[in-house]
This record gives sequence, structure tokens and C-alpha cells, in this order.
Amino acid sequence: MSEALLPLHTVAPFVDPTGADGVFSLLWLVIALPALGAAVLLVGGRRTDRWGHLLGCATVVVSFVLSVILFIALAGRSDDDRSVHQHLWTWFTSGSYKVQFDILYDQLSALFLLLITGVGSLIHIYSIGYMAHDDRRRRFFAHLNLFVASMLVLVLASDYLGVFLGWEGVGLASYLLIGFWQQKHSAAFAAKKAFVVNRVGDIGMALAASLIFATFGSTSFKVVSENAHNASKGTLTAIGLLLLLAACGKSAQFPLQSWLLDAMEGPTPVSALIHAATMVTAGVYLITRSNFIFSIAPDARTGVVLVGTITLLMGAIIGCAKDDIKKVLAGSTMSQIGYMILASGLGVAGYAFAIFHLLTHGFFKANMFLGAGSVMHGTNDDVDMRHYGALRTSMPVTFLTFAMGYLAIIGFPGFSGFWSKDKIIETALDQNVVIGLCALLGAGITGFYMTRLMLMTFFGEKRWEKDVHPHESPKVMTVPLIVLAALSALGGLLLVGNWIVDWLSPVVGSEEHVDTTLSPWVLSALAVIVVAGGVAVAWMLFGRRPIPREAPTDVSFVTRAARVDLYGDAANEELFVKPGYGLVHGVMAFDDGVVDGGTVGTATALGHLSARGRMVQNGFVRSYALTLLAGAALVLLALLVVTW
Amino acid sequence: MIGFWLLAPVMVLAALAMLFVRKAVHSALLLAVVMISLAVLYAIQDAPFLFAVQIIVYTGAILMLFLFVVMLVGVDASDSVVETIRGQRLFAILIGLLFGVILVLGVAQVSVGTVTGLAAANDGGNVPEIAKILFTKYVFAFETTSALLITAAVGAMVLAHRERFGPKQTQADLAAQRMRDYAATGKHPGPLPPPGVFARHNAVDTPALLPDGSAAPESISRVLAARGTVKNAPELATDVARLTDDVEDAGDSEEAGR
Amino acid sequence: MMGLIPLAVGDPTTPTAASSASQMGATPFIVLSAILFTIGAVGVLTRRNAIVVFMCVELMLNASNLALITFSRANGNLDGQIAAFFVMVVAAAEVVVGLAIIMTIFRTRRSASVDDASLLKY
Repeated sequence: MSEALLPLHTVAPFVDPTGADGVFSLLWLVIALPALGAAVLLVGGRRTDRWGHLLGCATVVVSFVLSVILFIALAGRSDDDRSVHQHLWTWFTSGSYKVQFDILYDQLSALFLLLITGVGSLIHIYSIGYMAHDDRRRRFFAHLNLFVASMLVLVLASDYLGVFLGWEGVGLASYLLIGFWQQKHSAAFAAKKAFVVNRVGDIGMALAASLIFATFGSTSFKVVSENAHNASKGTLTAIGLLLLLAACGKSAQFPLQSWLLDAMEGPTPVSALIHAATMVTAGVYLITRSNFIFSIAPDARTGVVLVGTITLLMGAIIGCAKDDIKKVLAGSTMSQIGYMILASGLGVAGYAFAIFHLLTHGFFKANMFLGAGSVMHGTNDDVDMRHYGALRTSMPVTFLTFAMGYLAIIGFPGFSGFWSKDKIIETALDQNVVIGLCALLGAGITGFYMTRLMLMTFFGEKRWEKDVHPHESPKVMTVPLIVLAALSALGGLLLVGNWIVDWLSPVVGSEEHVDTTLSPWVLSALAVIVVAGGVAVAWMLFGRRPIPREAPTDVSFVTRAARVDLYGDAANEELFVKPGYGLVHGVMAFDDGVVDGGTVGTATALGHLSARGRMVQNGFVRSYALTLLAGAALVLLALLVVTW
Repeated sequence: MIGFWLLAPVMVLAALAMLFVRKAVHSALLLAVVMISLAVLYAIQDAPFLFAVQIIVYTGAILMLFLFVVMLVGVDASDSVVETIRGQRLFAILIGLLFGVILVLGVAQVSVGTVTGLAAANDGGNVPEIAKILFTKYVFAFETTSALLITAAVGAMVLAHRERFGPKQTQADLAAQRMRDYAATGKHPGPLPPPGVFARHNAVDTPALLPDGSAAPESISRVLAARGTVKNAPELATDVARLTDDVEDAGDSEEAGR
Repeated sequence: MMGLIPLAVGDPTTPTAASSASQMGATPFIVLSAILFTIGAVGVLTRRNAIVVFMCVELMLNASNLALITFSRANGNLDGQIAAFFVMVVAAAEVVVGLAIIMTIFRTRRSASVDDASLLKY
């Protein structure tokens, strides 16, 4: 809008950090501690079984404390001096291409650090109780620490290649954790699926890094941000779309969304930490960090907005028809991240709100996942909501904390979600009415399916299985729930005085605030009405009527489609898996028949030929003499022919 | 000219016949025919020395050597007509024909030019002229060939030599062995009966008679018996009348002659 | 191609060539030599008795002797006759050794058939 009038660098600011001195010299410890924890627990093996979980928690808690200290130190600096760079070592040199393994700590990284280590600590503590009966608990904490270390590398890297390292690391950790219960075939399959689909996204990341290197000669954020405006529009759009592909893979956006619902095979803390709060937000981080590319490539932004909108609706619709509590929450995650992606595609106006929603979503989604884990713990690990009902009396703390998260996600006025989601809808309506209306519709559907979840789980009649005696979870599990519930309720404080927007503007740029067509209060009221409508419909369908224990079969087409993930898996199967198998079988047949057949066949043919041929040597002198005479005759013939 | 055209067909026929006869002795004799005809051809072509050498050395020595070995190896042995190797005969004839035709055609096209003739070369006699060249120009080959001949002779002796595996048996040893054989198997220790005892002819083809009047089979050569040329001794013995007449006639003619 | 029927090429037109035949053309002799050689070769292939095979080899040698002497006459020097002489000598040596070998083989194997030496078969 008014981008052309402002100096370029305020729209897409340069990355220009200062050195790491004072307390910032401890930056590397934040990554090193969880990495060390993972190494000790994995290498140490069974010897560390007794205290492994405590070490795993300790490393992340200390990292959190450090993150808080660093954040305070950063906040103490002046507005334009909040970018710190710590050089660790040179990763590799290849000709004129030098890649440093350095840390970039600025406002964006600070927020992410707090989220990762904070929510991570709470989930680690929760896992002590949740995985108490598992033999391989120590290994679980090792993998969790590995994940935290990789995610920290991802957000602290100062170079696209460093991000890629963290990217791959979290992918590995996700695979290990989804398939943690290896003996379950469904878990192993889900882990494999997650990894393979993520790989498609990783291709985007690798190609983007290569293209960046080819265009700018370096992959460090500093160099790219300074030279981005020199590149051609086409190149920037290509880079942007490749980064979008990468983000789709990691954040489970359309068309790479099929793995997220299967990922619920992993233990619930994993679903909470990785597939709600942190890993799936890596895509949003990537796009926000690359704002210097996206802000000057409007076509790439269009792609981002489209992907975000499609996914937010898709996730919401899928969530409406699932009976598995974790899958409903997974669909919800897909949808909420769609909101974040949508916001980050709206340009300078939207980045801050995307990050804001990311933080609040981290709180309330982790809260709800841990709450679901608590419910499962009380009902013998049953995930089917049709076997729940009236749990609010048996598990009051769980119910209350879950309710906080529920109110946050539907956007109840005052809770964190209300503030963050409304800002996104507002910004979206500003730029494009259709997108804005889709976002609004998404909010309504969110209200619907979350209310359905609450009603099926905590209200209504008891539909419990025979030997289920729901009870409250131990303190080690409920205390993190309480903390997260508080954050879900109070997370909106981040917006007080537009704090988060100002905090992030040196990173993502700023723009003049133009009055929107509708006043923000009208918009908020509209949103609340839409959400209330969704809640009301859910109440009518699920609150007033008894809920059957078996899923009904005569349902609408939309419900049937939503039950099979809107045919996402079927499409993948037809488009990629079957042709892939066909190709593999074809290549195998070619290898066996043509290549092996050719070589073996040649050998066999030669063998047969020689077996026939050696019959000539019958041992009789007279036969040999005959051959001699024939040869002599041929020689004579040749001599005669030559003289013609 | 006439000589050539007379002898050429004979030679070819003899050579062909050599291929087809079954007994080895006949092959040797047909080869002799070819060789002698060749000698005549040499004579026709102004090579009298070689004419003589061909007859003396080739026909006279080498071919006779062949005949000796044929006798030693088995004069009766004859090749069976059936060919054991499949297709050998057919292909041999075909390829032989092919070879022959090509060779003859090729040779016929060779232009030898005018035949110089040996009148000038044989000036002074064929043998002195040969000697002249042999002992000057080809003396080295001559010496080498003589070494070859010596080697061949020695080689033949080595090859034909039979190794003695025990001490040479004296006459006393042989006699003792005969007695032992008689004791073990009843083999007659004395010499074989000579032929023609109580025979009209003191001939090898009349068997000796045993005391009971039957013919003794050991007194006749096995070969003659196989050939069937043995005279029937008992028949002769019973023809006494004829015998006495013969004796008397012989006596009368003797007296008349005195 | 000079024609399929062998002609006496280089044949000088002497009507009284019958007496000494020294002026007779060389070609008939060469052709005869070729024919005898071929017959000898076929004989080697066809006969099974080792001695008869040897005799056919002798026939081949004789045929080449005839050719040598004919060429000696054609070229007007005695080198061909010397060569033929040497061939005869070497043939003699060869026959001596060859027959001694056949005799030795016959002594051990009791058979003079060429086909018996077939151990080098496949």
C-alpha cells in the first residue's frame, strides 16, 4: 500500500547484529545443554535409566532460566540495538562459500526461545508422570532433549544452512518420537509417513537454500537481507515459493498435511510439544525470518495466503468429524497454523500477529493436549470420545484447565486467543474480503468442533467402558496444566500497548497504520457472533441429544469426507504411492529381467554355445586333418580371388 | 609327350585305386606303380640321376620298408569299409574335390613362360652338373641332411628297442623251464614234430601222422592251415598202390637212363 | 579369368616334341602333380590304417617332387632337381622314424588304427 513511499529498509529490515558480549556470551549454552543431555542419555544407555528423566528435565529447565535472563538483557537494550551475533565456529568453506555456525539472537529468536524452553520444560515435567510406567522412559527424554536442541538450533541459526540443520534435526526427532512405541505397527507406519512427507518439504528447503546461494553468493541472513532488493522479481518469487513448500512440509499445510493426524500415534507429550507448540510452527518462523524476501515478492505472498486459507478451513472441517480426541486437536492445530501462515502472508502488517498467535496457540494447544493426556491417563489410555462423557466431576482440575484452553481457542473475549485471532481476521479483511470471510468462517467452525469436543468429553451421560474408573492425574501432571491454563488466559497481555508489534518491528518491518473500513470493535463483535453461532449449533447437535457409543453411519457427505481427512490420504495414495510402487516394481522387473537377464543370459548363451562348439574336438586325427584341408582350400581360394 | 600321356592316366588310376583297396599290401603295390611311373616322368624331363634315385631309394628302399612293416603289423588286417566318423567321408570327398579343382585351376592359370629346357644346364652330363651344385652351393644343406639321416637311424633303433627286464636266459634255463611246464601243465617238452613224417613230400604243407593215424595239428604252420592249403596225409597214406607204382617207375627210369 | 580348361601355356610349337619331350610345356606336369597331391590328401583323410595313411603322405611328397623337377626344367637350372633330391632324403628319414613309431604303438596297443588315438577329445 504505502510500501513504495517508505525507505526500503524499514519495510524489509536488514539483519545487522552486534557481537555477543556480557551475558550474551552464554547463548551457546542454551543449545548445548539439551544437546549434552541427549548425548549423555543416549550414549549412557541403561546405566542412566534411574535418573535419566531428571537430567532431561534439568537441562531444559536451565535452558529456560537462561532464556529468561537473556530476554531481560535484550529488553534492556535500546530498540534498534536488539540483534546479537555470537560466532561459534566455521562450519565449512567451499571455495568462496563460507558457512559459519553462528547464533543470531534478536527479538524474534528471543520469543521463540522462551516458548520452546518454557513450554518444553512444562512438558518435560509432565512426562515424568505420564511415562512413569514405560520401560523406555529414559530414551524418551533423550529424544525430547534432542528435539529441543534441534529446535533451538533452528531458531538461533544465523544462516539458512543452520536453519536447515535444525530443520532436519527436528524431523529426525519427530520420527523417533512418533514411532516411540516401535512395536505398534501403526506407530511405525505413522513415523515413516511423517518423515517421508516432511522430506518433500525438505526438498523445498534445500532448493531454496541453493537458489539463495546461487543468487546472493551466501546463505547468511545478513547478506541476503542486505541484497534482497537487488534480485529479480522472478527469483524472489521462486525462493519464496520454495520456502513455502518447506513450511508446508514442517507445518502440515496443504498439500503436505496428511502426516499430522497420523502423528497422534506418538505419546501425548510428544503431540503437545512437537505437533502443537513448537515443531509445526517452524514453518511460520521460516517465513517470518525470511520477511526480507517475502515483503518484496507479492506473488509468493499470494501463494502463502492461499495455502493458509485452504488449510485453516480444511483442518477445521476435518476436526468436526473425528471421534479421537487427539485427532480433533490435531485438526485444530492444522487449522490454527493455517491462520498463522495466512497472517504471515499478509505482508509487513501480518508478521507480528502471526507470531502473536503462534505464542498464544503454543500455550492453549499444549494445555489442551496435556489435558487430553490427562483424560486418557484416567480412562486407561482410551482416545475415543464416544467412551467419555461427564468427566468433569471425576477430573475437575483437568476439566477446568482444559476449559481455559477451550475458551482461548474459540476466541472468548478476554482470553489470549481472542486477541490474536481477531487481529489476524482484521488484517485479512483489510487486504482481501474473501480471505477475511474465510478466516471468519474458520473461526465459526472452530467454535463448533471445540464445543463438540468439550460436550462429548466432559458433559452429558457417562459412556465409560467396563473397567474404567476415571481419576485425577498426579500433581506432576496437573501442575503444568495449571501453568499453561494461566498462560492461555493471560496471554493476551502480550498485545497490551501493541507491545508485540513494536517489539518485532525492527525484525519484520513496520508500516503506517491505515484505518480499516470497519472499526476493530465492530469486527470483534462480528467474530464473537460467528463463534457463538458455531457454539450454538454444537450445543443443539451434541448438548441436547444423547451421544451414541458407536459412530453413526448415515451421515452427510461432508461428514464422511471429513472422517477420511477430506480424501487427503486417498489422493496421496492414488497420485504418488501407487505410481511409486508401480515405478519400483517396473525398475525391479527391469533389473531382474533385462539387466540380470542380459548378463546371466549372455553367460548362459555363451555356455550353451561353447558346449555345442566343443563337440568339434572329437579327438580323431582325421577330423582335424579334414579341417586342415578345408583351411588350405580356403587359402587357395583367397589367393585365386585376389588375382582375378 | 607320348610317355607323359600314357603314364599320366595310369598314375592317376593307381593313386585312386590306392584309396579304395582294402588290404594294405595292395595299397603298397599300387604306390609302387605310381612311384615307378614318376621315375619315368623324371627321365622324360631330363633328370636321369633322379630317375635312378627314385627307383633305387624311393621304390626300392622306402616302399620295401613299408611292406616289411605291413607284414610285421598284420598283413591280414584290413580296413572295414564302414566309416566311423560321421560325415567324414562325404566331407573329405567334397573338400578334396574343391581343393583339387581350385588347385588345378590356379595352377593352370600360372604362366610358366617359355620352357627353357635343361640342355644348357646338363651340358657335361646331368650327374656331374648336379654334383657341381650339390657340393658348392648346397653343401651346407647336404651336411645337415646327412646329420638328419644319422639321427633318423639312431631314432629308429631307440624306438624299436625292447628293454630286457630280466637276465638273458641261457639254454640250460630254457630246458629247465620246459621241464617245469611239462610237470605243471603236461606241455610236450620236446620240439614240435617235423612235417612230412610218413609223407610223400618232405613238404611243409603235409602234416605229420600220430601213432593212431590222425594228423598232428602242431606240425603244420598256422598260416597254411588258415589258408587251407594243407594236404590230407591219411589220404596219401592209403594210396599205397600208387605209391609203389611211382617208386617202381622211378627205379625203371633210373636204370633205363644208365 | 584365363579359361576353365587348363591349356599348355607357354607351349612352343615344336612338332617333333615327342622324342625328348624337353620342349613340352610345363603345365600338364603341374596339373598332374596337383591331382596326385589331392588324391594323397583325400587318402590321408579317408583311410584308417596308419601305414596306409603314411603311404598317402608319401604320395603327396612325390607329387611335389614332380612339380619341383618340372619347374627345374622350365627355369633351365638344376636347383629344382637338387631340391627334389633333398626331399627324397628327408622323406626317407621320415619314413624310418615314422614306421618305427607305428611299430612301437602297435606293440603296446595291438592296433594300427589312426582312430584309436582319440584321448584329446572334449
